[in-house]
Amino acid sequence: MYNRVMSTVVEAAPVDLARQRKVAAALRAFMPAAAVLFDREDVQPYECDGLSAYRQVPMVVALPGNEGEVQRILRVCHEMRVPVVARGAGTGLSGGALPLGNGVLLSLAKLMRIVEIDPAARTARVQPGVRNLAISEAAAPLGLYYAPDPSSQIACSIGGNVAENSGGVHCLKYGLTVHNILALRAITIEGEILEIGGEGLDSAGYDLLALMNGSEGMLAVITEITVKLLPRPEHAQVVMAAFDDVEKAGAAVANVIAAGIIPAGLEMMDQAATLAVEQFVHAGYPTDVASILLCESDGTTEEVADEVRRIEAIMEASGAILIRVSGSDAERLRFWAGRKAAFPAVGRISPDYYCMDGTIPRKRLAEVLRKITELERKYELRCANVFHAGDGNLHPLILYDANKPGELERTEAFGAEILEFSIRVGGTITGEHGVGIEKVNHMCMQFRGAELEIFHAVKRAFDEHGLLNPGKAVPSLTRCAEFGRMHVHAGQEKFPDLPRF
Amino acid sequence: MQEVVDQLASVIREAAARKTALRIRGGGTKDFYGGALRGEILDTRAYAGVVDYEPTELVLTALGGTPLAEIEALLKRHGQMLAFEPPRFGDGATLGGAIAAGLSGPRRPYAGSARDHVLGVRMLDGTGSELKFGGQVMKNVAGYDVSRLMVGSLGTLGLLLEISLKVLPLPVSELTLRQERSQTAAIELMNAWAGKPYPVTATCHVDGALYVRLSGAEPAVRAARARLGGDEAADGAQFWEALRDHRSAFFRSGMALSRVSIRPTAPPLGLHAAELVEWSGALRWLAGAPEPAAIREAAARAGGHAALFRGGDRTAGVFQPLSAPLAKHHRRLKASFDPDGVLNPGRMYPDF
Repeated sequence: MYNRVMSTVVEAAPVDLARQRKVAAALRAFMPAAAVLFDREDVQPYECDGLSAYRQVPMVVALPGNEGEVQRILRVCHEMRVPVVARGAGTGLSGGALPLGNGVLLSLAKLMRIVEIDPAARTARVQPGVRNLAISEAAAPLGLYYAPDPSSQIACSIGGNVAENSGGVHCLKYGLTVHNILALRAITIEGEILEIGGEGLDSAGYDLLALMNGSEGMLAVITEITVKLLPRPEHAQVVMAAFDDVEKAGAAVANVIAAGIIPAGLEMMDQAATLAVEQFVHAGYPTDVASILLCESDGTTEEVADEVRRIEAIMEASGAILIRVSGSDAERLRFWAGRKAAFPAVGRISPDYYCMDGTIPRKRLAEVLRKITELERKYELRCANVFHAGDGNLHPLILYDANKPGELERTEAFGAEILEFSIRVGGTITGEHGVGIEKVNHMCMQFRGAELEIFHAVKRAFDEHGLLNPGKAVPSLTRCAEFGRMHVHAGQEKFPDLPRF
Repeated sequence: MQEVVDQLASVIREAAARKTALRIRGGGTKDFYGGALRGEILDTRAYAGVVDYEPTELVLTALGGTPLAEIEALLKRHGQMLAFEPPRFGDGATLGGAIAAGLSGPRRPYAGSARDHVLGVRMLDGTGSELKFGGQVMKNVAGYDVSRLMVGSLGTLGLLLEISLKVLPLPVSELTLRQERSQTAAIELMNAWAGKPYPVTATCHVDGALYVRLSGAEPAVRAARARLGGDEAADGAQFWEALRDHRSAFFRSGMALSRVSIRPTAPPLGLHAAELVEWSGALRWLAGAPEPAAIREAAARAGGHAALFRGGDRTAGVFQPLSAPLAKHHRRLKASFDPDGVLNPGRMYPDF
């Protein structure tokens, strides 16, 4: 619940009470009364996810306790043509789990069992409500762990991770969620069970596993996930390097990669971010520098020793004014704690902030940061920058005060310009937080009508009547026409074949 | 180059209008793979060339008709590689063909598959419409992951015009160890190693010997070598290349070849065929295979699937049949991308 208020608070439409009673009764025919909620005070807690600027009280909340119930809920909703929004832990940052006032909010929180861990095959079969970190904790005694580690990993659920194709700070080396999932059980809105993937490394037919990852609950509801477990690295160390110039830090990142090193993590924070973090968690970051890099090496003891030596040399040659290597695991974790606390730390120094998620080609970093500085002046708002530098995923945090008239609108315009610029330099509007409700308009800037049509066709292949999470992730062409900011890709193409109003 | 795209698109549009089949083809090195070859050949090789490559970005973008050999040579000059080690069944293999087939080589369990390395595609769908998905960045969750859906779809959903791939640095040092082991013992060892943080990047058991490749920083490889045991193979690099491209003796027997992708810990299949194990146990090759049905049953029991890879009795199809709900969604997806069913019909399953 980091960014408190944004402009688009959905007005609570008056609930169709007769419809509500009918849907609840249909669900209570096979579920305990306590698992089907509709009283205002019971459903209110589900009105938003991690993007709390958008709120909508759902018509009904269903809390299935097993896969059979999920299947029956979906069948009932399909039959009654009730839209369904699936929700895991509700930590998502793009409003993907924003409920619908005429829909069922399907919470998978009760499906939180680790079904099986196979230490020899290095897999875990889990229900969607299992927390990301709980998987690694359960696998730890076996010397194994689940690699993707979004900053919210203590709270976020694995089902949500799959729906968003979540990343984390170790993506460059270990991949995103899509690279670490072997199989899914998912149920379509028609109630059909899809067994996707398998116990091997690939499966027959189309790669539906890739398609399901990041599909934001639009294609099917996931009821079971088989994840890959990796051996815990024997050793890990972090090199922290400080720079008096952001461009030098950017060049240092490129130099590390050019030397043939794929660090386990490679993060950058600018001065505004390090200042906020230092006041909050005292991670030991210098605060009088333009930018710091955290570069982690993991592997065997020999490998890490060798790599850390090389990274130090590269940082020095790249003009670092201060280099520190974690001397213990406690110090390494302290360095990371600072990075992982960056969002809440910024939340302490500003009444509100707005987190962006563009990904850009690394070589355009300095240019993008210069643009952001320019926009700070234009909109008279400050921005703290946190950056997954290894994979080009930028999280500018725009600081504002929603209580000051006009700041909110300026913040949104600022954010939109950052996204537009990200597309212009060859990047994307979202690297890991998803489109959800938040960036659905911005999809019109990244994709043309033809691609959006294909997205809708893919959706229809799974959900003919558009009942699963409607209105999220993929805008209608009409919506794009109304938004009026079509396709800035490469800054030239227009949108010739679209009806306008 | 746009005129080549226009030409390809107009051929597809015409075929769609007449509802006649097109057979998308690059170097034709994988004509043996998959189901029926139907329709007029649509050659992609005129659309070739590396579009963008900056080693420090770890991204390469090339047109679909670009020879794989050209891309790999370019990467090698810059100390990088396609870490999924796509097999090359002939000199003419193209990037588009490699991605459409979606096959990966010995490094796959440790570095990821072809699909894992695809970042974006530009393509023509079955209506001749030019589409662009994904991009040149490592993380991108805007829209459904259509780029990765294309990988392994055997040209049935679209013609791949341009592909952006994640590339990785070549390992600083690499060596291969060999030890005599039974197949059962080798499968156990491969899995045990995979559960430890060793720099293993390939494993293979064939003819009573277990081979393992170690890659990475010199000290790490040296340390792991001492822990894993076995003798260093002098021709290690050639061994893995031959395995990757199916040039080793096992693959040249001339017998029907089946590819069985299963749970890595599954015991030997024992199907009265010569068996080669790789991917830490997750991939088994059977030469001189018995009944395809028996292989499929064994694969399903081991949590996976089997394909009749080369030769053999193909009357019962080449890929593991899909469950009814999956088959239905495959047909619907096919219809979304190729409503008139013109692109490589029958190449994956007989009914689409």
